[in-house]
Amino acid sequence: METVLAIVVGCLYAAGIYMMLRRSLFKLILGLVLLSHGANLLIFTVGGLTRGRPPIAPPGATQPPTPSADPLPQSLILTAIVIGFAVLAFSLVLFHRGYQTFGSDDPDDLKVSE
Amino acid sequence: MMANVLLVLPLLIPLLTAATSFLAWRRTALHRALAVVGAAALLAAGIALLVYVWNHGTIATQAGAWPAPFGITLVADLFSALMVVLAGVVGLAVVIFSLGSMDRGREAYGYYPLVHGLLLGVCGAFLTGDLFNLYVWFEVMLMASFVLLALGGERAQLHGGIKYVTLNLVSSAVFLAAVGILYGLTGTLNMADLAERLNRIGPHSAVTAVGMLFLIAFGIKAAMFPLFFWLPASYHTPPGAASALFAGLLTKVGVYALIRVFTLLFVHEREFTHLLILVLSGLTMVTGVLGAVAQQEFRRVLSFHIISQIGYMTMGLGLAGLVDSPALAAVALAGSIFYIAHHIIVKTNLFLVSTVARRICGTFDLKLQGGLYQSQPLLAVLFLVPALSLAGIPPLSGFFAKLSLVQAGLNAEQYAIAATALAVGLLTLFSMTKIWAEAFWKPMPGTPTENAAASLLAPAQTRRLLIPIGALALLTVAIGLGAEFVFTLATGAAEQLLHRESYIQAVMGGTP
Repeated sequence: METVLAIVVGCLYAAGIYMMLRRSLFKLILGLVLLSHGANLLIFTVGGLTRGRPPIAPPGATQPPTPSADPLPQSLILTAIVIGFAVLAFSLVLFHRGYQTFGSDDPDDLKVSE
Repeated sequence: MMANVLLVLPLLIPLLTAATSFLAWRRTALHRALAVVGAAALLAAGIALLVYVWNHGTIATQAGAWPAPFGITLVADLFSALMVVLAGVVGLAVVIFSLGSMDRGREAYGYYPLVHGLLLGVCGAFLTGDLFNLYVWFEVMLMASFVLLALGGERAQLHGGIKYVTLNLVSSAVFLAAVGILYGLTGTLNMADLAERLNRIGPHSAVTAVGMLFLIAFGIKAAMFPLFFWLPASYHTPPGAASALFAGLLTKVGVYALIRVFTLLFVHEREFTHLLILVLSGLTMVTGVLGAVAQQEFRRVLSFHIISQIGYMTMGLGLAGLVDSPALAAVALAGSIFYIAHHIIVKTNLFLVSTVARRICGTFDLKLQGGLYQSQPLLAVLFLVPALSLAGIPPLSGFFAKLSLVQAGLNAEQYAIAATALAVGLLTLFSMTKIWAEAFWKPMPGTPTENAAASLLAPAQTRRLLIPIGALALLTVAIGLGAEFVFTLATGAAEQLLHRESYIQAVMGGTP
C-alpha cells in the first residue's frame, strides 16, 4: 500500500510542477493545488499506514490496542487542508483580478506600463 | 506563572488588536488608535520578555498544561525574545508612519488589523517550540502579507502579488513535505524532543536530506541565492509603509527559522550542511549587491540590498558550524544575531525614507528625483545615518555587525568569505552613494512649477513622517555607540543557541 501511495505522491508532484510551468495563470493555480495535495498525501504515507485499527481505547481498557493508527498525521493534514483551502481561495481571487486587469492569462503578458 | 504570561502576551496583544479592529469595521479612527496602542503594548511586552529571559534563562510553557512532546509548546530564549522586541520596534515605527502616509481607502479596508495580523504571525514564529506550529505561524504571516501586498489592487501590486504568492506557496508546500518526512523518521515534531531523538540517531543521510528540504523552504522565505526572485519582483509595489514592514520583518523570519533548525536539529553533518550554507551566503551577498548596482528605482535598489544582507546573516550561521571550538562558534553566531538586529532597524528606516522622498518628488525613479538635500536637509541627514550604517561606516551599528562577522570568518580560516563580505560592503557604499547623488545631491529635474505641483506633502505633514524615521535613526546610532552591550546580548543568545541542552531542558524538564 505504501508503494502505491508513494507512486501517487510522485505523480501528484510531477503533475503539479508540470502545470505550474505551463503558460497560464489558471494552470498555475491547478499546479499549486496538486502540489499541496501531494504534500498532504506524503505526510499521510510517511506517518505509517495502519488499516482498521482506530486509536480508541475499548470499554474498560485505559489504552488503545497497540498497533493502532497514529492520529497525529491525520490531524496535521486536516490543519494543512484548511490552511491550503484558505490560501488557494485567496490566490484564485488575486489571479482573477490579475486576469481582469491585464486582460490575459499568460504570465508573460503581465507587464506594468511604465 | 510569570513566564507563562510573558510568553503568551506577544501573541495575545496583536491578536486582540486585530480582532477588535475587525469587529469595529470601517471605523478608521478607532483602527488607528488601536493600532498604535497595540504596537506600543507589543513592544513593551517584548522588552519585558527579554528582561525576564535575560535574568532567568530559557523559558517554556505548554498550552493547556499538556506535558512537553504532546502539547503545544511556546519557548523563548534570548534570540527569540530579542526578535520579538525588534518586531515590536518595527511594528510601532511603521504604524506611526502609516498614520501620516496611508491613504483613506486602504485604511478603510482594514490596513491596520492586517498589520497586526502580520505581527501576530511573526511573533508566533519566533516563540513556537513545535515545527508544525511554525508552519501554521508562517501561514498566518503569509496570509496577512498577501493581503497587505495586494490591498489597493494597482497594476503593479497585482503583478508583484502573483509572483510573491506563487513562490511562497511553493515554499510552504516544500516546508510541509519536510515536516511530514521528519515526523515519519522520528515520530515527533516538538523541536526539543526532535533534537534529542536526532542526537540518538546521529549522522544519517535521510535526516540530512530532510535538512536540505528545510534549507530550500526557509531559503525561499529568507530570499537566499538562488531562491530570491520573488523579493525584487514584489517589494517595491505596495504602499511605502507596508513595504517597510515587509523589508524589516518577513525575510528575517526565514533567517530566524534557518538559524533555529540548523543550530538545534540538523547539526550532525555540519561539514556538508553548514559549508553549503556558507557558500550560498557568499553567492547571496554578491548577487544581491550586483543586482542593486543595475537598478534605478529607489525601492528596487533597497530590495536587492535586502538580499545581499541576508547573505551576511546566514554567513555567521555557516561559520558557526565549521569551527570546532564553541567559543569561536559563539562569536560567529553572535555576529549573525547582531547583524539581524542592526539590519531590521536600518532597512525599515531606509524604506520609510524612500516613501517620504516619493511623496516629495512624486516618483520612486532616482533619475527623476533630486534636490532633496536642498529642500529637506533633515531628511537627508536621516537618510545618511541608516545608509552609512548599512554600508558599515563606524561608529554606526553596521560597522560592528560586519566587524564581528569578518573576524569570525578569519578565526574560522574561511578567508574567501571574509574577503567577499568586505568587498560587498564596499559595493553597498557605492549603491548608497548613487542614491545620495541622484535623489539628494543633484538638482531636481524639470521646471520649478512642475516640481511644486508634484510635491504631495505640506511641510507639517513631512515633519510628522520624520518622527518615526528619526527615532529609528537614533536607535541605529545608539546600537553603534552601545555596541558592547548589544554584543553581550547577542553573545548570550548565541551561547544559548549552541548549548542545546538548556533548550531541551527548558522544554522537556516538566511544566513550570
